[in-house]
Amino acid sequence: MTNSGTKNKVLWAIVTVLVLVYALFPVMSILATSFKAPSDLTSGTFLPSSGTATTSNYEQILVGDAQGLFLSALRNSIGISLIATFIAVVLATLCAYAIARLDFPGKGLVLTTALAVSIFPVISIVTPLFNLWRTIGLYDTWLGLIIPYLSLTLPISIWTLAAFFRQIPWELEQAAQVDGATTWQAFRKAIVPLAAPGVFTTAIIAFFIAWNDFVYGISLTSTETARPVPAALAFFTGASQFEAPTGAISAAAIIVTIPVVLLVLLFQRQIVSGLTSGAVKG
Amino acid sequence: MTSAIPAPQAEPTSSPETTPSVKTRSTPEKKARPQYSDRVRAERRLGWLLAGPAFIVMLLVTLYPILQAAFESLFQFRLTTPDEREFVGLGNYAVILTDPVWWRDLGTTLIITVITVAVELVLGFALALVMDKALRSIKGVLRTAILVPYGIITVVSAFAWFYAFDINSGYVNSWFDWLPGIDENTNWFAQTGTALFVIMASEIWKTTPFISLLLLAGLAQVPGELTEAAKVDGATWWEQMSRVIIPNMKAAIMVAVLFRALDAFRIFDNVFIMTNGAYGTEVLSLLAYRQSISRLEIGLGSAVSVLLFLCVLIISFVAIRLFKVDLAGTQGGKS
Repeated sequence: MTNSGTKNKVLWAIVTVLVLVYALFPVMSILATSFKAPSDLTSGTFLPSSGTATTSNYEQILVGDAQGLFLSALRNSIGISLIATFIAVVLATLCAYAIARLDFPGKGLVLTTALAVSIFPVISIVTPLFNLWRTIGLYDTWLGLIIPYLSLTLPISIWTLAAFFRQIPWELEQAAQVDGATTWQAFRKAIVPLAAPGVFTTAIIAFFIAWNDFVYGISLTSTETARPVPAALAFFTGASQFEAPTGAISAAAIIVTIPVVLLVLLFQRQIVSGLTSGAVKG
Repeated sequence: MTSAIPAPQAEPTSSPETTPSVKTRSTPEKKARPQYSDRVRAERRLGWLLAGPAFIVMLLVTLYPILQAAFESLFQFRLTTPDEREFVGLGNYAVILTDPVWWRDLGTTLIITVITVAVELVLGFALALVMDKALRSIKGVLRTAILVPYGIITVVSAFAWFYAFDINSGYVNSWFDWLPGIDENTNWFAQTGTALFVIMASEIWKTTPFISLLLLAGLAQVPGELTEAAKVDGATWWEQMSRVIIPNMKAAIMVAVLFRALDAFRIFDNVFIMTNGAYGTEVLSLLAYRQSISRLEIGLGSAVSVLLFLCVLIISFVAIRLFKVDLAGTQGGKS
């Protein structure tokens, strides 16, 4: 028994290491690249050559030449993604509450629309928006990205929240009212604590999606006023014309990956339940 | 939105989504009919008041642009020469559909879609099985690890894979130079096959976690008694898989495959970063982008966009018809 127990343990250790390598290797790869000096980039090794590891790439994008380019993109990405997430979650909370709790005709239509919007090819929306935004002056503005971002964040928020809200025992609200609470008290004390985790999880998932956008970012912006990080990375140039921007891009890539890793570390359980309940169980 | 509310006298439709709590709440009032009608009316109005804004926003950000694109696709229209806008009917579509570039890009897109989804399904299923069987303590670690690719920006993933394979900054060539065909001068991004290989690797790495989480949720719904019974009857591991587990999670598999296929069909970021469509790696999204944003051919670009949209519609329709993927049934608490 103990023998097979150890065997099992070794097996699981191997499997765990394999999964960790699978999941983290590309991240490690770009992390290693971000510490390479320009002269070391062509060395053909995974790690920087010993003694040459440098933080100059990070200095370049945080305090150096590329600072304006990167920091403005970071500000745009954070601002635009947060606002698009906030609007989507507010609208989706109202909508999902109605779907989970009220009986009204057209409920199926709302859910089907959300599904249809979520499989919509983004590039098909970009061409007409590109043209329209140029005419009405939304091209290269925050609002010009926030509006199309809703097409990414709103449908998944509605589905995820509707799934969460269906699982809430709404009878608690009446129970609280029977116990003498006012309507508002009943809602705040009994329902909000149950609904808040779902809303929060939805916000994280919606934020990931907005944070990941590339097509809208490169198509609907042209300058630092609104260009988000993924688009900015694609247009990065080296410190000089003759230098590849590899190091700077890698450093920037690591910086924008940090929030993702933090959110995943803190909320993995919630994210998993949010992703799966919206898509499979309901 | 009030105008959209149908006549208040309509019979209370027993929609399948009706939650139990709503039913129990309105049953007692059934005796007093006028009051009930008022209540139904109020509930319907409130329902649309709450769901309406989200519904309108969704239509505004998708339906309106696609209709606009359909309209503009009927013109020959270049932004650099706005005065020469000319109605050409379906001419743009004729131009695209008779151009080999469209068919080549469609082929590339389909190849990427089929291969990535097939690999992701196998890999994702393996990951789901591992997470399903793992002890509680390891489970958290595994889930956290595989959520990293899920959350990472696609462009970052593209750069990570690109730099690893790149002939200048990469290390893959020196690591694998013992394999036939790989040496320090192998330029992965100068041939269609190898370039597509790296593009698909990045795509697969980034999106397998999503598919595996969907499959994990599907696995959890397979009744444990069935697997136990099969074990007692002496079924091998493979028999348990093919006869009990996989048939019982068919719905989850189908939903995962359809969602991922539609997503893969829209692939853009990885191709844009790694090759920008060079060496026969152009996909349909990139073709649309090149026409409208780079060349400012709004008419042609809109036509490509509409065609791409129609492709997505056809895939969904075929999948739903052929494989009976019940997307609406995935919600509603039945499963």
